[in-house]
Amino acid sequence: MSIALSTGRAARGLSATPGQIALALLVAAFLGVFLIWPSATVIFVAFTEKGGGPFTLVNFVDFFRTDLFLRSFWNSLYVSAMAVAGASILALPLAYITSRFEFRGTILIQTLGFLPLIMPPFVGAVAMQLFFGRNGSVNLLLDDWLGFKIPFMDGLNGVIFVQSIHYFPFILINLSAALRNIDSSMEEAAQNLGASGFRLFRRIVFPLAMPGYIAGASLVFVKVFDDLATPLLLNVKDMLAPQAYLRVTSIGIADPMGYVISVVLIVASVAAMALSALATRGIDYSTVQRGGGGLARRTLRPLESFAAYLTVTLILLLVLAPHLGLLLLSFSTVWSYSPLPDGFTVAHYLRVFGESSVYIKNTLIYASLAGLIDVVVGTAIAYLVLRTKLVGRNALDWIASAALAIPGIVLGIGYLRAFYGLQWWDGTPLASLWIVIVLALAIRRLPYALRACHAALQQISVSLEEAAENLGATKLRTVRRIVMPLMMGGILAGFVTSFATAAVELSATLMLVQSNSDAPLAYGLYVLMQSAAGRGPGAALGVIAVVLVAACTILSHFVVERSRAGSQARH
Amino acid sequence: MTSSSANRDLPVPTAGVRIEQVDLSYGDNHVLKSIDLDIHPGEFFAFLGPSGCGKTTLLRLIAGFNRADRGRVLVGNEDISDLPPWKRDIGMVFQSYALWPHMTVARNVAFGLEEKRVPRAEIGPRVAAALQMVGLTGLDQRRPGQLSGGQQQRVALARTIAVEPKLLLLDEPLSNLDAKLRVQVRRELRDLQQRLGLTTIFVTHDQEEANTVCDRIAVMNHGVIQQVGTPKDLYERPANLFVANFLGTANILEGRLAGDGASLFFEASGGLRLPVRPDQKVDAHARAVFRPQDAAIVDTAGTPAGTAPVTARVMGMVSWREFLGASVRYGVRAGTSDIVVDRPFHAGDTLYGVGTAVTVAIATQSVRWLSD
Repeated sequence: MSIALSTGRAARGLSATPGQIALALLVAAFLGVFLIWPSATVIFVAFTEKGGGPFTLVNFVDFFRTDLFLRSFWNSLYVSAMAVAGASILALPLAYITSRFEFRGTILIQTLGFLPLIMPPFVGAVAMQLFFGRNGSVNLLLDDWLGFKIPFMDGLNGVIFVQSIHYFPFILINLSAALRNIDSSMEEAAQNLGASGFRLFRRIVFPLAMPGYIAGASLVFVKVFDDLATPLLLNVKDMLAPQAYLRVTSIGIADPMGYVISVVLIVASVAAMALSALATRGIDYSTVQRGGGGLARRTLRPLESFAAYLTVTLILLLVLAPHLGLLLLSFSTVWSYSPLPDGFTVAHYLRVFGESSVYIKNTLIYASLAGLIDVVVGTAIAYLVLRTKLVGRNALDWIASAALAIPGIVLGIGYLRAFYGLQWWDGTPLASLWIVIVLALAIRRLPYALRACHAALQQISVSLEEAAENLGATKLRTVRRIVMPLMMGGILAGFVTSFATAAVELSATLMLVQSNSDAPLAYGLYVLMQSAAGRGPGAALGVIAVVLVAACTILSHFVVERSRAGSQARH
Repeated sequence: MTSSSANRDLPVPTAGVRIEQVDLSYGDNHVLKSIDLDIHPGEFFAFLGPSGCGKTTLLRLIAGFNRADRGRVLVGNEDISDLPPWKRDIGMVFQSYALWPHMTVARNVAFGLEEKRVPRAEIGPRVAAALQMVGLTGLDQRRPGQLSGGQQQRVALARTIAVEPKLLLLDEPLSNLDAKLRVQVRRELRDLQQRLGLTTIFVTHDQEEANTVCDRIAVMNHGVIQQVGTPKDLYERPANLFVANFLGTANILEGRLAGDGASLFFEASGGLRLPVRPDQKVDAHARAVFRPQDAAIVDTAGTPAGTAPVTARVMGMVSWREFLGASVRYGVRAGTSDIVVDRPFHAGDTLYGVGTAVTVAIATQSVRWLSD
């Protein structure tokens, strides 16, 4: 990427100051070292023999000749597609009911619908085993009463089930937003011309909401395709992400297969995103006009109301099952081969606070630092893109956002490979320092923080800055006294989003944690959950993680609301 | 202007509208109060009023998007109060145009025909005819997002007239266009309405729009119809102070009645005396209302500039001046009242400066007495 002055603009005095150029170079260096280099290393190794020598496709030929890898590939595709279907089944009724009808539970659904996101999916997997596994509560009761069992959690089914429940909010959020953005006049115009009922929905409402649905569905697909810990914890090994992890951890960092799988993961991510972008290209369907306000809501008739509440209750029960299970497990003495735990205790919490507080401390440090890095870099990029004419500023934006397409496991492998060779003066490899975990988390969450900062800066009219400059403030002082205070709400929201999601991230860090004393919460959870004896304390730790992240999400909600109210007052 | 005289391109079965005793409230907010209205077949009718006066609510009520608490709406002689919007056969052009972005222009226009189960073979020609009527032939494969504001407005119009509704409703159709285009489009609207002979109701807050295109206007305020009439009627003989003020500029002077039974006159601040003719009914709280062009500035000693037969005069001082091109508008301070006077402007005229002492002559036969 080239960062240079546009000479024509420089002559007219519109161009960047030296300070802005230095800022752009710093951001470029950060992205270059911590995003591009590790990713490029992974791709380079995949296309060479043993990480050196000429370009070759031999590794890919090997990949497609190995039954295990081919099966893993198809399994990953199958699980991701089915998870999208499952998530759609959960999200569609909720989105439809809350956006089309006067429904009392709308706020409850919107809040509870987000709960799955604030817990790592693999944590829920354990709880789901207890409820829906072969010998879980539901199947034990089914067996007692009706004499059969349903294999909810067997093999790939388990992964699909857990992932659907975990990731459906992505579809719910996007679809609800798309439905909200349809102006009521769109519907009224159709009614005026004779359309009603299901025809109206099929011909007008659904097509208009389609881009939102596709955006959500492609996100779910990518997330499930890349997820590492859920299949591993459910003991499903023949999927791509677990295979990459197992190759690198069991055979070693020199084995090319881990890299080949990484490239396949990247290609799948990029392809899914590109397909969704292609499918929705050039169609911005958000049609809300000033004075408009989304679709008109209809009052439900008594019978419809009953059906709606029943549907919503069932879905919410299912969605909250992992959380309920986790809570029960964290307080239970023994829970196996019985619908409910045998007895209750607080011993797990005591043990967690005694032994595992290092995980909590590490998580708070790592996630805060990652969030901080994200908002600093995010604000810098947003400023460069929106307020300067630097050549290459959009490339920075683009590259930072491209981090979305790099799966966590790939970034982890890239960091190991890229930084392992480098050593500190006393001989410790760079890759084994805990700060590397922080950097990986920061890169992973940068796109979210960047969006928040970008939106915050975009809301501020340039004339506010021009007024400051007109009254004698330099660029730097204008940023400090005008831009920063006005952006603060958005920056805080970006920080909290980064923090909350970094706190439960595992797929990148699983690779990078070198010792237990450096491990974050999600890693500790993963280790504890693998043994039967660790499940109680693991659940307690999980509950703590959920509470921690929930608190941050609520905080972020308040911050965003307040800054929104503030910005409305400004206009 | 009835449909019989209109030259028709399409056989449109047009209908009159009768609104009877319609009331509508949102909670405590009484939006429409006992609305009674009769709109003739083929008429171009306007609901005119400031924002929040209930004009759009009334239009949406006719289209079926609002329900009246009381009263009924008849189109032709059919009571449509209980029909859902999709069974009313009334075309509506939305303020936002409401073109569906996922369909081409042709698909948008064809939508209503498809919903009405028009035979497939007929749809194509009728879409083409509707697009031709609004001058958009050749744009049928575009998406709404690729069209200018004016073109979108025409598509919305074509989409509505393609189904040949009994009645056409236009909700501020010109508000999203720039000033120049607005003048052009309103002429075209008038022209199209004349050709179709289609009963049309036009909602606007702009008196100029209503005056230029409509046969008759209902002026609304606070959910009440203030007056119904032709533009000329409303301007000449406003029924109340609101109408006088809303259509054009009016001088509204406070004062008191004086004199005996034989010669009654209205005395305003600054010594202005307006005679009240015996046939005029003036109550105690009445105010004198007249247009700026019905007053003239005369030289203190000389004859009136306008040749109004009977004038009342008052001395005053020019307190402000606006140059409007065809005329000059003066504010003349007489006592505590400010009298607005329009004086035609011709090249070479000199203007009165602020502070000049002048005499204002008011054509007394143009003065109206309004008490509310």
